Amino acid sequence: MIATQSRQGLELLEELSRTGDGKPPLGCMQCGLCAASCPLGDAMEFPPRKLILEAMARGLDRVLASPSLWMCVGCYTCSLRCPRDIELTDRLWPALRDRSMQAGFQPPAELQETFQNVLKYGNVLGKSPRQRLDWAKDLDVRVLDLSKEPRPVEVLWLVGCYPSYYPRNRVVTRAFARILTELGVSWGVLGAKEKAVGECDRMFGEEGLFETLVEENRKLLAQQDFERIVTLDPHAFRALQNFYPRYGVWYPVEHYTTFLAGRLEKLRALVVRPVEATVTYHDNCCVGRRAGCFEPPRALLQLIPGLKLVEMERNRENALCCGGGGGGMWLDGHIVAQGGKRLSDQRILQAAQTGADILAVSCPYELSRFEDAAKVAGLESRLKVRDIIELLAESMDLGERSDS
Amino acid sequence: MNIGVVLRQVPDLIEPLEVDASGTALDLSAATFVVNETDDHALEQALLLKESGGGTVTVVALDFGEVDNTLYTAAAKGADRILKLAWDESQSPTPHRAAAALAEALRTLAPDLVLVGVQAHDELDGALAPLLAARLGWPYVGVIRGVKQAAEGGSVVVCKEFPGAVMARLVVRLPAVLGILGAEQPPRYVPVSRIRAAMKSTRFEEAAHAAGTGPAGIAVTHMAPPPAGARAEMIAGSDTEVAQRIVEILAQKGLLK
Repeated sequence: MIATQSRQGLELLEELSRTGDGKPPLGCMQCGLCAASCPLGDAMEFPPRKLILEAMARGLDRVLASPSLWMCVGCYTCSLRCPRDIELTDRLWPALRDRSMQAGFQPPAELQETFQNVLKYGNVLGKSPRQRLDWAKDLDVRVLDLSKEPRPVEVLWLVGCYPSYYPRNRVVTRAFARILTELGVSWGVLGAKEKAVGECDRMFGEEGLFETLVEENRKLLAQQDFERIVTLDPHAFRALQNFYPRYGVWYPVEHYTTFLAGRLEKLRALVVRPVEATVTYHDNCCVGRRAGCFEPPRALLQLIPGLKLVEMERNRENALCCGGGGGGMWLDGHIVAQGGKRLSDQRILQAAQTGADILAVSCPYELSRFEDAAKVAGLESRLKVRDIIELLAESMDLGERSDS
Repeated sequence: MNIGVVLRQVPDLIEPLEVDASGTALDLSAATFVVNETDDHALEQALLLKESGGGTVTVVALDFGEVDNTLYTAAAKGADRILKLAWDESQSPTPHRAAAALAEALRTLAPDLVLVGVQAHDELDGALAPLLAARLGWPYVGVIRGVKQAAEGGSVVVCKEFPGAVMARLVVRLPAVLGILGAEQPPRYVPVSRIRAAMKSTRFEEAAHAAGTGPAGIAVTHMAPPPAGARAEMIAGSDTEVAQRIVEILAQKGLLK
C-alpha cells in the first residue's frame, strides 16, 4: 500500500527511472540482496532495500535526514548483484544526497571541507594549485607541462589530487613518469592548471560542484592535442568514461593498468630485476568490479620476474572495498561513529591471510588506507603496501624506491 | 530585525605572501583571497537570527579581493540584499579606511544591528569592528559567541567570554555593532548548485561612497617576511633519517625513555 506522503519519494524514483542508468528503482522487488551484500549494510539505518521501501511507502523525509545516507562508500557491490539491474551506487545514492543537501541538511563536516577545497583550489586536499607540479622537482626525466608548452602528445596524463600532492603517492607518481618515458611514449601533464575530475564530488551528491569541474576541464582539455587520457585514479577513469560524455566531453581514457597492459611485450623486455616476493592484489572498485578489468593488473604483476601472485579469498568482482570511494576517504570518522567498520582494516587481514609479503594496489586512495590499516593491525613489518607502478619500476630498475 | 553583515576578503594563506616592489605593502597581484573567517561566522549568526525571529540580512562588502564569489555564496545561504561598495583594487582596505566607507553605507542602510568578524589577519591599524562602531556612534561589544533576540524589543542578548572562565550574557541596546568570534553553529554548507543558481539570479546593489579610500590609520614604512632565526634545526634527509633525528631530539629532551 502506498501512502499519499510517499509522493515525493515516488517522484524521485520515477525521475531516476528516466535517466537511463540501470533499470528503474521502482522495479525493486525487495529481495534484499543489496543490503545483504553491502559491507556497511549492518550499520545502516537505511541499507539500499530498506531505503527504496521507505521512499516508496513513506517518502523521503526520514531518508534525507538519516546519517546512513553518508555511509555508502561507492563499492558497486549492490548495483552489480541486483537481479533487477537497479543502479543504486551511481544514481540513487548521489540523487538522495543531493536532495538531502537541497533540503537544508548538512553533510558531515569532513565532507564540507573537502567540497570547499575542490571548489576553491581544484583539489581535495586544499593545497595551493601552484604547487600541483611540485612532485616533478628534481626528477630525472622531463615532465612536459602542456599548460605552458602545448604540443601534440600521445598521452595526456591527468595526474590527480593525491598523486600530485600526497607525499606517499608522489613516489608512485614519479615512478610512473619514469615508466612512461622508458616506454618511449610522448606524454605531458596540465601542471598547475590541472583540476580535480570530480568523481567523488558527484558521488557525494555535489552535482553542482561536479558540473563546475566538468566545465573547467572541458575548457582545459579542448586546448590540448592528445590521443588519450591516462590516469592513475580509477575514480577519475570512471567519471571521464561514464559521466563526462553526458556533458558532451568525450575523450578516450584509460586507467594506467590497462594502458600498461596494452604494452606488455615492450614492458617484458624492460623488467630486468627480479622482485622476490609473494604478492596479493586488491581489485579497486571502479576499474575492477564496475568496469570488469580484472586481468590487466594481474598480467602486469605476473610479468615481474621472481614475483609470485596469490589471490585473496575475496577477489575480482567479489573483492572487499577499501572503504575510500563515494566520499569514504573523508568519512571514516562518520562511519565509525554510526557503528560501521573501516573496511580497509578488514581487507588488510584478508590480505595477510594469503601469507603475502606485499599487498599490491592500483588506486591512489589505497596506499594510505592500507598502510594505516597495516599499522592498526600490527602488520606493518610483515605486509608492505605497494602500487603496481612501484613494483614495475623496481623491476625496471628505475630510480628511487619507497621507504615503506 | 534588519541586520547588516560586513564581509571582508583577506589574503589566502595557502599561497606564500609576497611584499611588493615598494617594500611597504603586500603584492596583491600575487595573492588569492578568501572570506575572513570570523566574518563568515557573523553571516551565519545573522542568518540564524533571521530564521528565528524574522527580518532581513543585508551583506555589505568592499569590491576588493575577488569578492563576488563570496557574495554569491552569501546570497545562496540566504542573505536578502548584497551591497557592494566601489573600491580601488590596488589598495588594501586597512581597518581605518574600510571603516570610513562601510560606516557611510551602513548609516544610509540604517539596520538595527551590525555583525562583523571580531578580527582579520590583515588588520594592521586596529580592528575594523570597533572602528566602525565609533564612526556610527553606536555601542560595541566584541568577542561574541552567540546572539539571541531579547524578550523586550530594541535589544539583543549576547554571549561574551571574559578571562578567568567567566561567561557573561549582556543585554545590548540597538542599534549596535557586534564583533563576532563565533556563531552559535558553524557556518553552513550550501551546495554548489545553489551558488550557481545565485550567480544567475542575484543582483548586487553597487554603490559609490564619498569616503574615497579614507584616512590611513598608520603609514607603513617597511614590510618584510620575518627573518629566519638560527635556533630552529631544519632536518634534512630521507624519511627514515628524519624520523631517527626526531627520536634523538625527543630522547635528548627527556621526552622519550
